[in-house]
Amino acid sequence: MTVLLLAETNQGRLATDAVARTLSAVAPLGDVHVLIAAGEGAEEAAKEAAALKGVSKVLLAESESLRHGLAEPAAALVVSLAAGYRHIAAPATAFARNILPRVAALLNVMVLSDVIAVHGEDSFDRPVYAGNAVQTVQSTDPVAVFTVRTSAFGAVGAQEPAPVENVAAVADPGLSSWIEDAAVVSERPELASARVVVSGGRGVGSKENFETIIQLADRLGAAVGASRAAVDLGYAPNDWQVGQTGKVVAPDLYIAVGISGAIQHLAGMKDSKVIVAINKDEDAPIFRVADYALVGDLFSIVPELAGKL
Amino acid sequence: MKILVPVKRVIDYNVKVRVRTDGSGVELANVKMSMNPFDEIAVEEAVRLKEKGVASEIVVVSIGVQQAKDTLRTALAMGADRAILVDATADVNQDIEPLAVARLLSRIVEAERPDLVLAGKQAIDNDMNATGQMLAGLLGWGQATFASKIEIADGRAVVTREVDGGLQTIGVTLPAVVTVDLRLNEPRYVALPSIMKAKKKPLEERTAAELDVDVTPRLKITRTVEPTQRVAGVRVASVDELIAKLKSEAGVL
Ligand SMILES: Cc1cc2nc3c(=O)[nH]c(=O)nc-3n(C[C@H](O)[C@H](O)[C@H](O)COP(=O)(O)OP(=O)(O)OC[C@H]3O[C@@H](n4cnc5c(N)ncnc54)[C@H](O)[C@@H]3O)c2cc1C
Ligand SMILES: Nc1ncnc2c1ncn2[C@@H]1O[C@H](COP(=O)(O)O)[C@@H](O)[C@H]1O
Repeated sequence: MTVLLLAETNQGRLATDAVARTLSAVAPLGDVHVLIAAGEGAEEAAKEAAALKGVSKVLLAESESLRHGLAEPAAALVVSLAAGYRHIAAPATAFARNILPRVAALLNVMVLSDVIAVHGEDSFDRPVYAGNAVQTVQSTDPVAVFTVRTSAFGAVGAQEPAPVENVAAVADPGLSSWIEDAAVVSERPELASARVVVSGGRGVGSKENFETIIQLADRLGAAVGASRAAVDLGYAPNDWQVGQTGKVVAPDLYIAVGISGAIQHLAGMKDSKVIVAINKDEDAPIFRVADYALVGDLFSIVPELAGKL
Repeated sequence: MKILVPVKRVIDYNVKVRVRTDGSGVELANVKMSMNPFDEIAVEEAVRLKEKGVASEIVVVSIGVQQAKDTLRTALAMGADRAILVDATADVNQDIEPLAVARLLSRIVEAERPDLVLAGKQAIDNDMNATGQMLAGLLGWGQATFASKIEIADGRAVVTREVDGGLQTIGVTLPAVVTVDLRLNEPRYVALPSIMKAKKKPLEERTAAELDVDVTPRLKITRTVEPTQRVAGVRVASVDELIAKLKSEAGVL
């Protein structure tokens, strides 16, 4: 059996970590064809995918209509290639969450979001209720379409490159059009794959104060995260939000600063290996999941910590 | 312009969810239920579009048990004009899957012919994040998911989307499906007079059978368990102690 894995590229570069983690999730299901749906200039991404363990072929579709990840042409492409695959998977990124449910509907099957364990060809675990429960579900559909929570899996290694085959994009239905990306380019590690994450919450108080969080993160070579409150208040950009409806992370070290620990936030970080919480309220719920709790004022603790590291 | 807003009745986001000890699911008896928070945002956006004169009518739809009428009444109180309940099950424990919901909604869309469907990005119970995309696929419509800003002009919606790397703005030709994210707006507080007034607004009932949609789940839930719980660790008295512990005990520095 073969898995079709939809990979994401960003300006011609493969989202390698997400793909490598998804490959380890689907490894028990058979060999994998990675599908790259991108604008012209994705050959390098295809080559990179071809050298990841478990990939038996890379399908490369390059077309202007696929450049910006619009759902309609991308879903139409996946559907055109779907025949013969028992599984269609992708990392649970905003890119794939937008596309795969549409694919599933067009194939008249259900989609499974955020798979955290693969038990067999039709049996999967996924979290529900903000991670307060885990369901084991058995798919009765002829094709299982699912997204993978990458933080639950390690990345596969390298292999001798598999072949790359060009495939044709399907005609763009022209239902939507790209206008603009306001992407924040950052030198910091990506949230989803960082070894250390430092997150700030409402307690940080302002966008200016958030600099202290960023300084601590930079001292640690860490990614920066935020609670929903911090994002809503404009202290941090939306793509830093960690939680049920933001990003899910599981770094070796997660430092929560001025975050109370609402279940929606815990849903995005409680599988971190080591959790440190810094909060002035000794009853803050975040302390119930923290390995190390430091009660006190973040405005004195965080600079001191950054200075001593 | 007519807007259709699907609203789901879910366990209130403040409720501490409990998994039944026999592994059969989550305890839903005697817990507070509310409108899915994302759907509140969708209703609010529709009402604002009506207040601006962009929309002329707002129809809200809920699919599930009879009790979802309460959710519809809340949406009517917020400013929706009409409501449709699709009775799809009598069992409060049966969640209607996104594919079946999307099929039922596509039937309602065929009858109501809205220009825009404004759905939530995700239901906070099943956390699927799928229905809007599935509906758009079934209808052959364009879609714009995870909206934090929506502008309607010249037969299209210009939507700013919250994506992994920041924000993306796209234009989508109407009719279309747009799913809303948290930062689109802050839903209004519903005052008592509006709740009283909403009781007089029309609420129509349909059934899944009548709409000829099979709601049998495609995914069999074989087991529901609580995730492994973390245990609270230790209090450290100072930054020095924290650094020492992270180095020696945890080995993460
Ligand atoms: C549908 C839905 C989805 C949601 N999704 C998410 C999500 O994905 N991610 C998310 O994070 N939230 C999410 N939320 C919001 C969540 O419920 C909480 O409201 C949010 O996480 C609170 O953020 P916070 O901890 O920063 O703020 P608060 O709860 O206000 O906590 C601030 C903390 O800072 C501490 N503090 C203040 N000053 C200091 C100081 N000087 N020094 C030290 N500590 C200080 C306080 O003691 C307090 O504990 C969602 C909510 C809903 C309804
Ligand atoms: N049973 C339902 N009744 C009405 N709307 C629903 C229902 N299920 C899902 N929806 C809509 O689809 C959105 C996404 O839900 P989901 O795909 O289940 O995460 C919700 O925010 C609602 O707008």
